[in-house]
Amino acid sequence: MADSQTTTNNGVNVQALLDARVALADAPEAAKFTWSASCEWKDGTFSESTVEGYFGLGENHKHKTVFKFDADHPAVFASEDRGATPVEYVLVGLASCLTAGIAAVAQNREIQLRSVTSTLEGGMDIQGILGMDSDIRNGFDGIKVTYKIDADASQKDIEALVAQSQKRSAVYDIVTNPTNVTVEVN
Amino acid sequence: MTARTTTTVVIGGGQAGLAMSRCLTERSIDHVVLERGEVANSWRTERWDSLRLLTPNWQSRLPGFGYEGDDPDGYRTMPEIVAFLDRYAEVISAPVETNTIVTSLRAVDAGYLVSTDQGEWRCQTVVLASGACNIARVPELSEALPSEIATLDSMQYRNPEQLGPGGVMIVGASATGTQFADEIHRSGRPVTISVGEHIRAPRVYRGRDLEWWMDAAGILDERYDEIEDINRARKLPSLQLTGTPDRTTLDLNALTATGVKLIGRFAGINDGKAQFSGSLRNQCAMSDLKMGRLLDTIDEWASENGLDGEVEAPHRLDPTDVEESPPLGMNLTSGEIKTIIWATGYRPDYSWLDMPVFDRKGRIRHDGGILDDAPGAYLMGIQFLRRRKSALLDGVGDDARDLCAHLAAYLDGQARANRGAAN
Repeated sequence: MADSQTTTNNGVNVQALLDARVALADAPEAAKFTWSASCEWKDGTFSESTVEGYFGLGENHKHKTVFKFDADHPAVFASEDRGATPVEYVLVGLASCLTAGIAAVAQNREIQLRSVTSTLEGGMDIQGILGMDSDIRNGFDGIKVTYKIDADASQKDIEALVAQSQKRSAVYDIVTNPTNVTVEVN
Repeated sequence: MTARTTTTVVIGGGQAGLAMSRCLTERSIDHVVLERGEVANSWRTERWDSLRLLTPNWQSRLPGFGYEGDDPDGYRTMPEIVAFLDRYAEVISAPVETNTIVTSLRAVDAGYLVSTDQGEWRCQTVVLASGACNIARVPELSEALPSEIATLDSMQYRNPEQLGPGGVMIVGASATGTQFADEIHRSGRPVTISVGEHIRAPRVYRGRDLEWWMDAAGILDERYDEIEDINRARKLPSLQLTGTPDRTTLDLNALTATGVKLIGRFAGINDGKAQFSGSLRNQCAMSDLKMGRLLDTIDEWASENGLDGEVEAPHRLDPTDVEESPPLGMNLTSGEIKTIIWATGYRPDYSWLDMPVFDRKGRIRHDGGILDDAPGAYLMGIQFLRRRKSALLDGVGDDARDLCAHLAAYLDGQARANRGAAN
């Protein structure tokens, strides 16, 4: 066991996460995080969102860099395509969350990853957002995620890894379960 | 058995079919009204016990008939609706064939063949007046409910005594769902109501029935060819109204005041756990905004028409009260909920209609009741057929007059064409 601990390195500091779990058990208030983004309309369907700070462990934090995200609609929607569409950002969020989870779970299970790639497809019937048919929902009618993983593990263990990653994923939960959304105008 | 012959067959002996019968009689067009049961069959057999009409008694102006009693502002009970329509059929001497179930309607050369369990009819023109509310709509997700939950739909529910003890979830918060929630909660069974899109409305506004305002201000007369999105208008849920002797407003605030719990739209079932949409606050906020716009329209009309001195001053209702974070899930196997009632709308039954007249959504293609693909065939009694009031007892009359005029002109045209062919 000791031997494999030294050889498995997916670049995830699992020990820090496990330590955090112990520490937070005594201070559950510190576990309450608030993630933030701000958004400014530029022109047409084009907007720029900014991710800069967040709250957690009882205090405000700043990312090392200010991250900017351009969002727009594509040319087939008569827009200028100056950024990814908002729904593509949802796919990006899901992909990166599941992938981070796979790395962390693999580290914890001492599975060495060599490559992890995935493709995501979100199906959508745009009659919904165009208001043509109220029986058709606005959002995705389904999301298909396909992983290709090369790792020192059996196919079964890799499948268990991917399953566990879904179980612990924030974005997977956000996408698959309802969330109260409160929108106010100031 | 050889087919009997008439000029027009009207399918359905409710308010729409009877109004059309009266218009046909006025024009001396030979016809028959085929009714699967007795006159007003849906009212008689397919609604819950406590239901009263949502429109006041005076608002039942049918061609050649109207309210004769001394309580114009009251709301009819089901037996009163049945008696009213029975009397109408009698007054207009409607040629109704009762207990006649239509099994098929087909186009045949220069007309239609109507098959029934009492023989066949041949006719030149046909009026489909079998109603918009023949089948309770139940969402597909109902199939995934745990077996220990008892379920009823809005056509099976009659009264709270039908239900076992324990919690009840009502799915749907339009007129039907809110009325179920109110009487079931009062029966001592704790009720949770799942709320999606709904249209909030006060029963009485500025001292007058909301229906009076909508009628007087011309809102109910808005035409199908003058509004922006007719498909949407035809799908709108019923106003959240109830007809009670004390003319109360039965909105979500009235329900929560008695202890009914609000949850979001029933979105899915996962591992025996019900999931509710996080959109409850927005659904309620939208409904409040829409109600505000309706009342603004009414106030403007009242001012323009010099009513401000005559009626009470304008007022607004409190916003719908929704808790900060409504529950998003519920374990359906915990025993908290014993019964689920689907009050998720109704749909028509056209299983007997053997003609290519449907769009891909199963709706009949028509222009204000005139079928696109079947000359001489007409549709009646559906929401916003020709006017906002088309599905109301008070609304079928104008539709019947319009469509009967079209039908008569069609018959004249056919007669001229036949004479032309003979020459």
